[in-house]
Amino acid sequence: MKVSYSWIKEYTNIDADIKSFCDEMTMSGSKVEEWKVLGEGITGVVAGKILSIEKHPDADKLVVCKVDVGSGEIQIVTGATNVNAGDLVPVALHGASLPGGIKIKKGKLRGAVSDGMLCSLSELNLTLNDYPNAIVDGIFILDRDIKPGTDMIHELGLDEEIIEFEITSNRPDCFSVIGLAREAAATFKKEFSVKEPKPLEKGTGNAADMISIEVYDKNLCPRYTGRVITDVIIEPSPEWLRKKLRDAGIRPINNIVDITNYVLLEYGQPMHAFDLDNIRGGKIIVRSAGEGEEIETLDDQPRKLDPSMLVIADSERPVAVAGVMGGADSEVTGNTKTILFESANFNMTSIRLTAQKLAMRTESSGRFEKGLDMNSTLPAVNRACELVEELGAGKVVPGVIDVCANIPEKKKIPLRPEKINAFLGTDIPREEMINIFKPLEIEINGDYAIAPSFRPDLLSEADLAEEVARFHGYNNIKATMLAGEGTTQGKRSYKQNLRNIVENVCLSAGLYEIYTYSFTSPAVFDRLRLPAESILRKTVIIRRPLGEDYSVMRTTTLPEMMKVISHNSNRSVAKGGFYEMSFTYHPVDKEELPEQRTVLTMGLYGGGDFYDMKGIIMNIADTLGIAETEYIPVIDNPVFHPGRCAAVTVDGKSIGTIGQVHPEIADNFEIPGDTVLCEMDIDAIYGLANLNRKYSELPRYPSVSRDIAVVVDDEVSAGNIIKLIKATAGSNLEDVEFFDVYKGEQIGAGKKSLAFSMTYRSAERTLTEDEVGTSFDKVVKALADKTGAMLR
Amino acid sequence: MGWRFFVAKNPINNIPIERGIRMEQRLKEILEIAESELGGITDMKALEEMRVRFTGKKGMLTEVLRGMGQLSPEERPAMGKLVNEVRSEIEGLMTSVREKLEKEALSARLVKEKLDVTIPGKRPALGRKHPLTQAIEEMEEIFIGLGYDIAEGPEIETVYNNFDALNTEENHPSRDEQDTFYITDNTLLRTQTSPVQIRVMKSSEPPIKIICPGRVYRADTVDATHSPVFHQIEGLVIDKGVTMGDLIGTLKLFAKNLFGEETDIRLRPHHFPFTEPSAEVDVSCWVCGGKGCRVCGGEGWIEILGAGMVHPNVMKACGIDPEIYSGFAFGMGVERAAMGRHNISDLRLLFENDLRFLRQF
Repeated sequence: MKVSYSWIKEYTNIDADIKSFCDEMTMSGSKVEEWKVLGEGITGVVAGKILSIEKHPDADKLVVCKVDVGSGEIQIVTGATNVNAGDLVPVALHGASLPGGIKIKKGKLRGAVSDGMLCSLSELNLTLNDYPNAIVDGIFILDRDIKPGTDMIHELGLDEEIIEFEITSNRPDCFSVIGLAREAAATFKKEFSVKEPKPLEKGTGNAADMISIEVYDKNLCPRYTGRVITDVIIEPSPEWLRKKLRDAGIRPINNIVDITNYVLLEYGQPMHAFDLDNIRGGKIIVRSAGEGEEIETLDDQPRKLDPSMLVIADSERPVAVAGVMGGADSEVTGNTKTILFESANFNMTSIRLTAQKLAMRTESSGRFEKGLDMNSTLPAVNRACELVEELGAGKVVPGVIDVCANIPEKKKIPLRPEKINAFLGTDIPREEMINIFKPLEIEINGDYAIAPSFRPDLLSEADLAEEVARFHGYNNIKATMLAGEGTTQGKRSYKQNLRNIVENVCLSAGLYEIYTYSFTSPAVFDRLRLPAESILRKTVIIRRPLGEDYSVMRTTTLPEMMKVISHNSNRSVAKGGFYEMSFTYHPVDKEELPEQRTVLTMGLYGGGDFYDMKGIIMNIADTLGIAETEYIPVIDNPVFHPGRCAAVTVDGKSIGTIGQVHPEIADNFEIPGDTVLCEMDIDAIYGLANLNRKYSELPRYPSVSRDIAVVVDDEVSAGNIIKLIKATAGSNLEDVEFFDVYKGEQIGAGKKSLAFSMTYRSAERTLTEDEVGTSFDKVVKALADKTGAMLR
Repeated sequence: MGWRFFVAKNPINNIPIERGIRMEQRLKEILEIAESELGGITDMKALEEMRVRFTGKKGMLTEVLRGMGQLSPEERPAMGKLVNEVRSEIEGLMTSVREKLEKEALSARLVKEKLDVTIPGKRPALGRKHPLTQAIEEMEEIFIGLGYDIAEGPEIETVYNNFDALNTEENHPSRDEQDTFYITDNTLLRTQTSPVQIRVMKSSEPPIKIICPGRVYRADTVDATHSPVFHQIEGLVIDKGVTMGDLIGTLKLFAKNLFGEETDIRLRPHHFPFTEPSAEVDVSCWVCGGKGCRVCGGEGWIEILGAGMVHPNVMKACGIDPEIYSGFAFGMGVERAAMGRHNISDLRLLFENDLRFLRQF
């Protein structure tokens, strides 16, 4: 809400300077977004009287004017053609500043001295709406009787201090100058008064004889108040009115429309003026729109209506979309003679939905949406009539047509000062609370506070506490530390700790954490080469997304990881490693909420390989105390290289997938072919981890090591060999470690050599060569029998 | 010194003078030679050579010992003792020279082994947490120390938990489809972490002290200051006798922990559906300390938090009696905090994950 400080001061005797006014208002809850002087940066402009105009001796298109600027006579050269001797115009003197940082300096134009500049509207940041009698591309001729030398900045209201308030949705009353003035008066403990509008009603007859008003659904339109004006003369509003609208950011149009807008700003009550001669059948009907009904609104747009929308209609057709915008063919025009002022109260939800459906949020709908006071329709319409009389814009017909449902009773709220003090942590006496309430028009009746009808936000004691706190000063409440009865111990949960441990392993492997969006494009599944029936294609779909790329919740995190890798490798970051601890989202049949799975995603490119990634996973497993992880080759995962992909399993259950990307995937996502990815199911890990460590005694006897190198067929996996070694070497085998794989001519085609180091140790004694040798031989035999392995 | 000792202790006054004296003189000579030679020894090799010559199997002392056969049996023990004394005297002298040489050799080696310590170290790979995680964890730590637990909840929520239970009016603009991502009429991507508070209040008894960090969604198009995905961290306390003063005290402590001991806070009345009274909270500018600068837009204050006393309707919706309990809640945007402290001017950087960016934190 934008308003000039001077308008607020019309209702209260505040004299604070603008800076402290804004600060204090912000601190009492009416947040000032910003304030500025309307003509900020404009200086040195005075009224000047053109004394004479002569042709410029050396330029056909210029004239030389002698101008009386009060302090003396100066000479100004101008190219303007609309000035005549005797005209009063704004003159920017030597040293003046104009919008856009323009500085006016004495100088010579084609040899003739020019001491300043004659100003047009736009040079003073004004428009034709502000001064309808001026012309667009000429000098602004002043139609008023002022002395040359008069400060034009003040004269044109360019020195107005304009304040922009942020009004929260719970305070519809503050969407008005009166509401803000009331808050201001309470904040500064100053007087506040609003004169009750009383039109003189010099018209003839009675409004009720000229128009009837019928409301079909009083839930949708609890109150409709109308008054009639005859003998209307449409003309521009006087300057003071235009200035007020201008200051509030509203374009002046004509006297009648300006009056409705003025009242909208002053009372916060939207109004509309119909040309009564265009209302057919002498009838206003407030009803729901018919199916397929249409209206052309004031902005000349045809609008399709539906039965969820409330319209104001005459006996034949809609003449306004209720609370949103008037219709074009009943609008006030230059020929209007009789008008009906509408000042109504509409259901906030209905207006909100209609405005939303029609995509036309207006000053009016924006206010109705927040819930207006039913009591304000009458003073508002009377104020409009009063202004009509003040402006001589027409005659107010006696009689008010007021179709009104029951006005709800004012809200009674129990007032327990001790409870409020206990809640705030304050010690404010009851009397002081009541003094806070008084200027807010909250009445006290025994142990109850009675909220004024314009304050729909005051419903409970907590709301009263807020009023007390606001005017006592939030920052005057003493800061204390919690002294609750119960004590709590702060800690991270088991799952949180576990994730932290996993992340620390990732960090120590050199991976950087990334944050990516949780939504993605459904097209990503094609790029992932997922088959049509893939379960990952079953997504949670956002009903109205920002765009295709953000339209479904991700079911896999790999695409975003690949996007990050692509981003980096495309920017010549030669290598990188990343991890992300995040979620995937999966619809669950018959469940309202989808399943959200915690996923660890890792990615390496430019120098890491499958085994680097596998090593990180092994470290994670180790750190979490997950004893037996197995890596089962996966040949049919569409994302990965068929020969370089594995399922990470524990007890036969997969907890993740690791692999080098398929070359087609590398192309699809524009990432290096050596990219290795891993997706791990953290939810599965929670149950497998064992952070409970028990000490086992340090070995007392020496170990014996034996290396074994065998040649096997290519298909025989190292994992299988290790399993066999463990199964046959006996209980003294402490550890077996892989250390080499070799393929080459010496071995023969289709073969490979695998080398392992076995460590034997007994807890009871030093092992003999014989014991180890026997075990070793058994291993060799078992490997030969089961895999055809040949000792190298 | 040894020599003097040797003379003084000379026990052999009863051996035949000539032979005894000759051997004795020979020993004295050997000792003198050893002493003078040792002075010129500068390396281990020469020292070893000397050892062989003097105390070795074929060395000078052995030679003397061999000559003992010419002595009478009575003379031999005394002379034998004398030889051993000379031997240990020489050995002692050689040991100290060896030690000296070893020390010199060590020093020489150390000099040779000198490193150019200005050559950069070899760094084992080490990743970093994302600046948003760093910010969240720092805030979590502050509150864990104050007895808060970390609570979590799903990102896809019910409209009930996200709005209704939080006392958000049917007409509240935040419910608009333009602002909120709906999945169905009843489910949505949570627009705030507050539904976690609802879940905790419903499932546990006061006292409740929690911090809820998490990801939230709003239908904002991406630009330098907006993202449809962002993060919040919220706090909730419910107990008997919790006051607004406690809220202010807690926030003060938090601000001082996060932004430094000198930090002050300021509460401005505001409106949130789920708290009453509600406040927006400013901290004194961490750059200028409140004098006004470019970072705080000349205000001296920077808005970082929303807070308030939990609305009685919210407590009622969760089965907590507001006549018995009271509580406060507060929340802040993580991106804003991280951007402020690291001077990051474009929000998009946080989701772009450029390694050159991530390495800076």
